[in-house]
Amino acid sequence: MTTPAEYYQRDRQRHPPALVPSYKTSVARSPRYALISLEQTISEITGPRFGHSDFGALDHDLIKNYAQGGDPIGERIIVHGRVLDENARPVRNTLVEIWQANAGGRYRHKKDTYLAPIDPNFGGCGRTMTDENGYYFFRTVKPGAYPWRNMVNDWRPAHIHFSVFGPSFSQRLITQLYFEGDPLIPGCPILQALPDASAIDALTARLDRNATIPLDTIAYRFDIVLRGRRATLFENRQEGN
Amino acid sequence: MHTPEYLRETPSQTAGPYVHIGLAPGAAGFDIYEQELGWDIAGPNAKGERIRVEGRVIDGTGSPVKDVLLEAWQANGDGKYAHPEGGGPVEDGFRGWGRVITDFATGEWAFDTVKPGPTPGRNGTVQAPHISLWIVARGINIGLSTRLYFEDEATANAADPVLNVIEWENRRATLIAQKTERDGQTVYRFDIHIQGDSETVFFDI
Repeated sequence: MTTPAEYYQRDRQRHPPALVPSYKTSVARSPRYALISLEQTISEITGPRFGHSDFGALDHDLIKNYAQGGDPIGERIIVHGRVLDENARPVRNTLVEIWQANAGGRYRHKKDTYLAPIDPNFGGCGRTMTDENGYYFFRTVKPGAYPWRNMVNDWRPAHIHFSVFGPSFSQRLITQLYFEGDPLIPGCPILQALPDASAIDALTARLDRNATIPLDTIAYRFDIVLRGRRATLFENRQEGN
Repeated sequence: MHTPEYLRETPSQTAGPYVHIGLAPGAAGFDIYEQELGWDIAGPNAKGERIRVEGRVIDGTGSPVKDVLLEAWQANGDGKYAHPEGGGPVEDGFRGWGRVITDFATGEWAFDTVKPGPTPGRNGTVQAPHISLWIVARGINIGLSTRLYFEDEATANAADPVLNVIEWENRRATLIAQKTERDGQTVYRFDIHIQGDSETVFFDI
């Protein structure tokens, strides 16, 4: 019986800790005991797969996928990039899902009561599969900042939520994309939960003039890195115990 | 040998309060996709015992968390995963992955599936039947991984290599779903306590 090659240990110093008191909701929603570290088994190195039959033709186009006879109001943007692993190899045919507020910072969600209006032509979610090079792209409108009940005057920077899979369930990741130059980034408790400036930098999409469509749509580039897999240097070495 | 230049994993961020828009838009109150993903874990052809798994996620104050999204990953009744390295073929339509949200009013979640079979562990061991769970929500900065085991697999659970990694034997019980019958259906109850006296074991996988 062979033991499968593992994915690299997750570097927990790269991620926000569970408990971040300035992000108030985390106080009652963070474990107090340490996580128990597992050596991976077949349960962790496998994960769900998706195919093109799971998707509709406009699922990646947020300008058109909820349009009710017109286009949404807002700054037309392309968000694109590659999904790579820590070995810098493309993560192929993997599911990328996004969701976001509209240009005014209002979500199409029954629990969002912010006074900025719903856009009748904007749903705010999209999904796609990466191609053979790990490449993905979406078209959408740039989301607006919005207030939230943390401190009384806290505002989230403009952001797009990203959900990514990879071939193993151990790579499952949800994160947020932010936009280069947004002055709300330094004051956001959710972003400041990150351990260092390089982590914030990794979540900041860059204006990409080369991918901009003149007189039509501006572009941002956002690459995503998932956990890499160990090469098998000494195969099936038995544990010492 | 090629020595790669390593990249660093993209940092996690909370899924926030409106995770449903992206991952379960029907629950957010609008229909946009022809098919939402994750509602049918096992598909119509899966062999084995049909079961329901249900529970709540409880925060450190004892209150149910009403904006959680859970994902499940499991083997089929024969202990095979729907994956190229999953151990063998699975039934047509068996994905083994599901996604559910909690009820906005009560915090209850539930999914219908088949009971998974035992799967190979490391170094020739056998893992007791289990479902891997991953939970995200507002206030959770990085998704929490846990495992659900079954009360009526006591012998297999006692030999399970992952349960036995947990040094505190009393904490192993937090991973065991309790079996009940309701209207002729087998239901497993699994409440997840994020924090507090009966805090569920969470794994770094």
